[in-house]
Amino acid sequence: MPVSTEKMVKVFGRPGSLTEARFTYCPGCHHGILTRIIAQTIDELGIVERTVGVAPVGCAVFAYLWYRCDAIQASHGRASAVATGVKRANPNLIVFAYQGDGDFASIGTAESIHAANRGENITVIFVNNQVYGMTGGEMAPTSLVGQKTTTTPDGRDPALFGYPIRFSEMIAQLDAPVYVTRQALYDTKRIMDATKAIKKAFTNQLEGKGYSLVEVLATCPTNWRMKPTEANKHVAEVVTKVFPLGDLIDRG
Amino acid sequence: MGERMLLRGNEVIAEAAIRAGCQCYFAYPITPQAELLEHMAKNMPRLGRTFIQAESEIAAISMVYGAASVGVRTMTSSSSPGISLKQEGISYLAGSNLPAVIVNIVRGGPGLGDIAPAQSDYFQATKGGGHGDYHMIVLAPSTVPEAGELTMLAFDLADQYRTPVMILADGMLGQMMEPVELPEPIDVASLPAKEWATTGAKGRDPNVILSFDLDPEVLKRMNLALQKRYCQIEAKEVRYEEAATGDADILIAAYGTVARISKSVVRMARAEGIKLGLFRPITLWPFPYQPLKELADRVKTVLTVEMSAGQMWEDVRLGVAERANTPFYGEMGGVVPTPRRILSEVRKHAS
Amino acid sequence: MTEGWMEVFMPKGMLIIDKERCKGCGLCIVACPHPVLAFSGELNRSGYNVVHMERPEACVGCGFCALTCPDVAIEVYRARVPA
Repeated sequence: MPVSTEKMVKVFGRPGSLTEARFTYCPGCHHGILTRIIAQTIDELGIVERTVGVAPVGCAVFAYLWYRCDAIQASHGRASAVATGVKRANPNLIVFAYQGDGDFASIGTAESIHAANRGENITVIFVNNQVYGMTGGEMAPTSLVGQKTTTTPDGRDPALFGYPIRFSEMIAQLDAPVYVTRQALYDTKRIMDATKAIKKAFTNQLEGKGYSLVEVLATCPTNWRMKPTEANKHVAEVVTKVFPLGDLIDRG
Repeated sequence: MGERMLLRGNEVIAEAAIRAGCQCYFAYPITPQAELLEHMAKNMPRLGRTFIQAESEIAAISMVYGAASVGVRTMTSSSSPGISLKQEGISYLAGSNLPAVIVNIVRGGPGLGDIAPAQSDYFQATKGGGHGDYHMIVLAPSTVPEAGELTMLAFDLADQYRTPVMILADGMLGQMMEPVELPEPIDVASLPAKEWATTGAKGRDPNVILSFDLDPEVLKRMNLALQKRYCQIEAKEVRYEEAATGDADILIAAYGTVARISKSVVRMARAEGIKLGLFRPITLWPFPYQPLKELADRVKTVLTVEMSAGQMWEDVRLGVAERANTPFYGEMGGVVPTPRRILSEVRKHAS
Repeated sequence: MTEGWMEVFMPKGMLIIDKERCKGCGLCIVACPHPVLAFSGELNRSGYNVVHMERPEACVGCGFCALTCPDVAIEVYRARVPA
C-alpha cells in the first residue's frame, strides 16, 4: 500500500552541489554515477565554495555543467597540469582533475605522471572504460587484448598495438603519491567502496597530504555495444581480471 | 627607480616579470633562454611564489592556463621549437579570455635549427600559430632595458584586455648585457580584482573558464566578442619608433635586434649623404600600418631588413602598398646582418 | 501486545522517480534486491522507456537503486511501519 512521503524521511536525494542540468551521458554510463559521488563528497566535506573542477576533453568535457563550483575546461590531456597551475596559484582551493582514458593515459601521459611525481596536492579521478567514447569508439591505451573498437575492428592485436596499460600501477611506483586506488561502479558494494575512496582522495587534499589518484573502471555501453546491465557484468567478470581492484598505495 | 644593474636580456625579462607581480612561472629549459629560467628558479621561491620546471613546454603552458584561470599573474618562456609546442595552449588562452605572458627568445629554424638569433617566428606570433581566429599582442624589444619595460607592460596589457601577450625577442637580445634600471616592484594587492576568475564560488555564481560551445551561434558570439576586443587593441595599443624620418628618402623597416643594428646604419648612411631613416614597429601585433602608410607617402623606398626569409616584409608591403618600393634584405640560419652589409643594401636602393 | 513479545517494525520505502531524467538504462532494476522496479512501457519526452515502481509494497527504502542511477533520477524515502 503506497504511503505518502510526507511522513517519511528522505534517505537519498540529489546532492546540493549538483546543478539541475540533465547529464548528457549515454544511458547506463558510469560517468553519471561517479559525478553524483563526487558531488556528494563535496557536500559532505562542505567544500563547494572552495572547489575548482578541471574538465577534460572527452565525454566529460561538459563536467563544468554538473557542479555548483568553479570549473575550468582544459585542453586535451593537460588537466593534471592545469590543476597543478590552479593549486600552485591558490593552495586554498580544492582542485580535482577528472579525466578519461585518452586524456589521462594517452595524450596526457607526461602531465599525469609528472603531477603525481611532483606530489601535487590535488585529487585526480581517472575514468577507465577502455575506449574513446566521445570520438566514436576508438582504441584506448587501456583497451583489452582482442577488444573490437573502431580502430581495431578485428580486435586489439598486441603484436601491433601492445597491451592494456595499467597506469595506476605505474603511478604507484613513484615516491610522492599518497593514495592510489582502483575502484569500480558495477554493483552497490563497488559503488560504496568507490564512494569511500573518492572521499579519502578529497580528504587527503583537504589535509594537505599530497597527490591522490582514483582510477575508476567504468562502462561504455554504447561503444562496447552492450546493454548497461551487460556492460556492468563485463566489468565485474572480465575487466577486473586485467585491472585488479583495490588500494595500490595508501600512505594517508 | 631601482638601482642600476648590468643584466642580460633574459635576466631582465625575468626580473621585470617578478617586479610586475608575476606569481607563477612555469617553463621548460631550452637554449637560448636558460638564464630566464635560472633567474626565476633562484628568485621565485624565496619570494614565496611558484616556480616549476615543467615536464615539457606543453605542460608549462597548461600550468599557465590553470594559474591564469585563478586570476594570478603568470608567465612562461621558451624559444622557437618550444613555442611551436605551446600553440594549442595559446589558442586556448585566447579563446578562454585569459591573461598571460609568453616569452619567445627566437632562434634559427625551422626544425631544430640552431641556437643563434633569428626573427623567423614573426608569422607564428602575429598571424596565429595556434588554431582559430585569435591574436596575441606581440611586443618586440630592441634593447635590454626595453625588454624590461615591455615585459612589465605585457602584464598590464594582458590583464587589461584579458588576452595572452607575447614578448618576441631573439637569442642575441637574450644573451647581451646592458646596464638597466628597473622600476620598484608593483603592489599586486593594488591591482583590480578579477571577477571572472575561478577563486572559489563563495557568495557568487560559479565561474567557468572555457573556450567551447557546440552551438555555432553561441561560438560565433564568442568570436565576435574577441574580434571586438582586437579592434579596441588595434585602435589604442599600436607602438612604434621613428628615427631620422623627417627628411628621409629611404627608410629601413626593422624590429628588435635588427632595428638596433639599423640605428648605426642610419648614422653611417647619413655620413655618406644618404637620407636614411628608420621605422621600428614595437607592437608587431597590432602592426603600425597607419604610421607606416603616412611615412611611405613621403619616401621612395622602404627596405625591410629581417633575420628571416621575409615575414614582417609582408606586413610592410601591406602597409606601404604602391606608395613606395618595398625591397627586402634578409639573413637566415642565425646569421646576424652587420651594419656594413645592411648599408651596402641601402646604397643599392638609394637613388 | 502480549507480554514478552517484541514490537517489530519493517522499513517501508517510497521512491520518487524523475521521469524526464530517466534514460531507461535498467541498472536500478538489477540493483534492487526486491522485485520493486520494472520498465513501465511509458516513453518520456526523450523517447526513453522509463522505470517505475511495479511492486511498491516490496520497497524497503534501501536506496540501492538511487546509488546506481547514473542520472540521479531517484529520490528515496523511508518510514518504519509496524510489521
